[in-house]
Amino acid sequence: MLGRLTWDAIPFDQPIPLAAGAFVVLVLVGGIAFITFMGWVPYLWREWITSVDHKRIGVMYVTLASVMLLRGFTDAIMMRSQQALAFQSQGYLPPEHYNQIFSAHGTIMIFFVAMPFVIGLMNIVVPLQLGVRDVAFPTLNSVSFWLTATGALLVNLSLVLGEFSRTGWLPFPPLSELTYSPDVGVDYYLWGVQISGVGTLMTGVNFVTTILKIHAPGMTYMRMPIFTWTALATNLVIIAAFPVLTATLAMLTLDRYLGFHFFTNEAGGNVMMFMNLIWIWGHPEVYILVLPAFGVFSEVVSTFSRKPLFGYRSMVMATMAIGIISYTVWLHHFFTMGAGPNVNAVFGIASMIIAVPTGVKIFNWMFTMYGGRVHYASPMLWSVGFMVTFVIGGLTGVLVAVVPADFMLHNSLFQVAHFHNVIIGGVLFGMFAGYTFWFPKAFGFRLHEGWGKAAFWCWFIGFYLAFVPLYVVGLMGMTRRMQHYDVPEWRPWLLVAALGAVVVLAGILCQIAQLVVSIRHREELRDLTGDPWMGRSLEWSTSSPPPAFNFAVLPHVESRDDYWRREHSPDRGPEPEPQYQAIELPRNSATGFVCAFFATFGGFGMIWQIWWLVIVALVGAFVTFVVFAWRDRTEYEIPAEEVARIDRANRLARAQARAELQAAE
Amino acid sequence: MTAFEAGAGYGGQNRDGGADVIFGGRSEPLYAHGDRSPASKRIIVGYGFWIFLLSDIVMFSAFFATYAVLVRETAGGPGGKDLFNLTNVAIETAFLLLSSFTCGIATIGARARQALMYYGGMALTFVFGAGFLFIEIHEFVGMVAQGAGPTRSAFLSAFFTLVGCHGVHVTLGLLWLLTMVAQVFAKGYRADILRRVLCFGLFWHTLDIIWVAIFTVVYLMGAG
Repeated sequence: MLGRLTWDAIPFDQPIPLAAGAFVVLVLVGGIAFITFMGWVPYLWREWITSVDHKRIGVMYVTLASVMLLRGFTDAIMMRSQQALAFQSQGYLPPEHYNQIFSAHGTIMIFFVAMPFVIGLMNIVVPLQLGVRDVAFPTLNSVSFWLTATGALLVNLSLVLGEFSRTGWLPFPPLSELTYSPDVGVDYYLWGVQISGVGTLMTGVNFVTTILKIHAPGMTYMRMPIFTWTALATNLVIIAAFPVLTATLAMLTLDRYLGFHFFTNEAGGNVMMFMNLIWIWGHPEVYILVLPAFGVFSEVVSTFSRKPLFGYRSMVMATMAIGIISYTVWLHHFFTMGAGPNVNAVFGIASMIIAVPTGVKIFNWMFTMYGGRVHYASPMLWSVGFMVTFVIGGLTGVLVAVVPADFMLHNSLFQVAHFHNVIIGGVLFGMFAGYTFWFPKAFGFRLHEGWGKAAFWCWFIGFYLAFVPLYVVGLMGMTRRMQHYDVPEWRPWLLVAALGAVVVLAGILCQIAQLVVSIRHREELRDLTGDPWMGRSLEWSTSSPPPAFNFAVLPHVESRDDYWRREHSPDRGPEPEPQYQAIELPRNSATGFVCAFFATFGGFGMIWQIWWLVIVALVGAFVTFVVFAWRDRTEYEIPAEEVARIDRANRLARAQARAELQAAE
Repeated sequence: MTAFEAGAGYGGQNRDGGADVIFGGRSEPLYAHGDRSPASKRIIVGYGFWIFLLSDIVMFSAFFATYAVLVRETAGGPGGKDLFNLTNVAIETAFLLLSSFTCGIATIGARARQALMYYGGMALTFVFGAGFLFIEIHEFVGMVAQGAGPTRSAFLSAFFTLVGCHGVHVTLGLLWLLTMVAQVFAKGYRADILRRVLCFGLFWHTLDIIWVAIFTVVYLMGAG
């Protein structure tokens, strides 16, 4: 009846996961009980869970990413403390638990922190920057989000029921095959990532269609803000890369469930084929993550330097070039495979070439700042911190692209330090910059600057403390994923690294404090102008938060940085009131949530081999789609008078706030 | 103006024919810059679905690449020469190509609101599609019965996965086909339903394209 699921699945004998799992369950149950008791369920259902509004979905994505960041960071600090303690001893984490922790850390940080954060920001910002009312397929957007949430739920379920994968963040065979990983750990990984991957693919389809086909009149390609350009590049890469992940995970699943021989040691299976396939997805994936971060920096640097971005066209070229070259470098993840000097040389050189467009971008940002009136608000701090840190990470990347050097550094902590250098210093700093930059647009009030700056400095210093020592011990020969060690020379560096993790923890606490303080003081931090930073692109031309329809009338775009041009043109007079028309918006839909409900049970059934549950879930998903397709009314209309009322109120508030600002100056 | 164009208009977005008034009666055309005029809903849906299909083709390409790597890894078991029956495959191919033709007829029928063309075309498509599936399943069952199942060797794992994945797509296509017939029957030729019929057509033709590659790479090259 319940397949492989028995009472043994709950880790009664392991206090740490049991306590952690019990804590999470308590928080979840307590949270749901509290929400129900307060009577917030109808509100949440109406305004968030069934919402197909891109801004709401974006906020939910970022919320998911933030919660998962806490989980992933908990894993990180456990690893750092284990390595600080486990010198000539076993430390406090037994190997099978330690292995789950580093696997879960990587999986969660990439799939459920970085990805949702990036996609969340794109959701909030891209339609606004294009000057339109929503994405191409709003309901599909909701489905994407809820499938991502399903994946996160399944991965975290492994805390309480069964165990997680012990293979690292990518399930390399033959370790991940049934022979060596007979328990449900790898299955949790496979189904959690597979389901969220489908959600990501749908996001890719949705945003490419949106950016290429939907835009305000006059928004030509060469007038699109750079963040939208990077979103286009990222989503194109998603469309070409994620199907390979789907296929690869499907093959491993067939190996494990039905005894196929894709990656086994017997019957002609080929382990290295898995490496090739997974990295054909995996390397583009890192550019999927970092390109939108580059987009955020482009917006932030030009806004806070009060200058148009230097080298707009070269920025676009560099973005698209990175998107293409990202497909030609995957083999540098396993130079040690032994493909021969010619193959390795080609991929080594390609890996160095991709640093060129990235370098173009760095220079463009520096020249944008040059001669500008640079204003060091916290988004700008993250950006400058990024520029310094990312250059170091990029240089160590070029270093390991040198094949002989890579043979020495492969699987060492040097490698670990390198990719944390580019992912924390690039992606995460970018996401934090974007979070601070667009928070007022999403919620109508700014984040507290003081706490924001404190968070930046803790993260910045903590990052260097935590990862520079890993470069050093990597060069001293320490390999990654060691549960204990007995080399005395490594110990002091690992103690410093643990201290760095504590400083990063202080940064995270500052960010939590920043959010709490900002919400409590939201009236003082209120943004009534819709443009708290003297922004440049169209998202700042509407109110904060924007109305459901974003723009009462679609803006007519005449140049790059069109909003800045309009605001600062010499003959700028009071804008005439437009002729308001009724607006049609997509109706809410529970399709995404219901779909995810069935996907959760379907995935759970597959993991524990509860076949009847899988069949019920498949039928349920099909019925959900048919019910969705059967709807007669898919849109609702906001009458012209209502549009006029909302827009007049916003215009009035805006004009008053500006007058006050001018009086204050 | 056909039924497809009747569904034009993304949300309220390109209703701003009144934009000329808003921006003070410009003399130049509204969308003069860079030829990027807002698309109709039919274009948006079709375009988005094509992009999805491209991603599906990328997924198949991963299975094709795997098959190419593993095609000689028979582990002492049977290879393509021993297993493939080109007569069966020729019939399969004929069925699928014909079903694409009838699917095209059904799409035209839906656009023209000709019940006979639409329902007849869809029915024939279903029959050909189901016939294709029947032959394929028959082939698979026969192979498993003679000890050449997917667990026998890496080559057979790759074969069953590549061809089977196409078969799963055809199965889902048939399910979709029935749903579309039911939708038109229950709701008539509504703009949003016609857009779905269009997407179904694109899907079905894409399965043909993939089959042509399977026919060549797996069967012709394997049996020869």
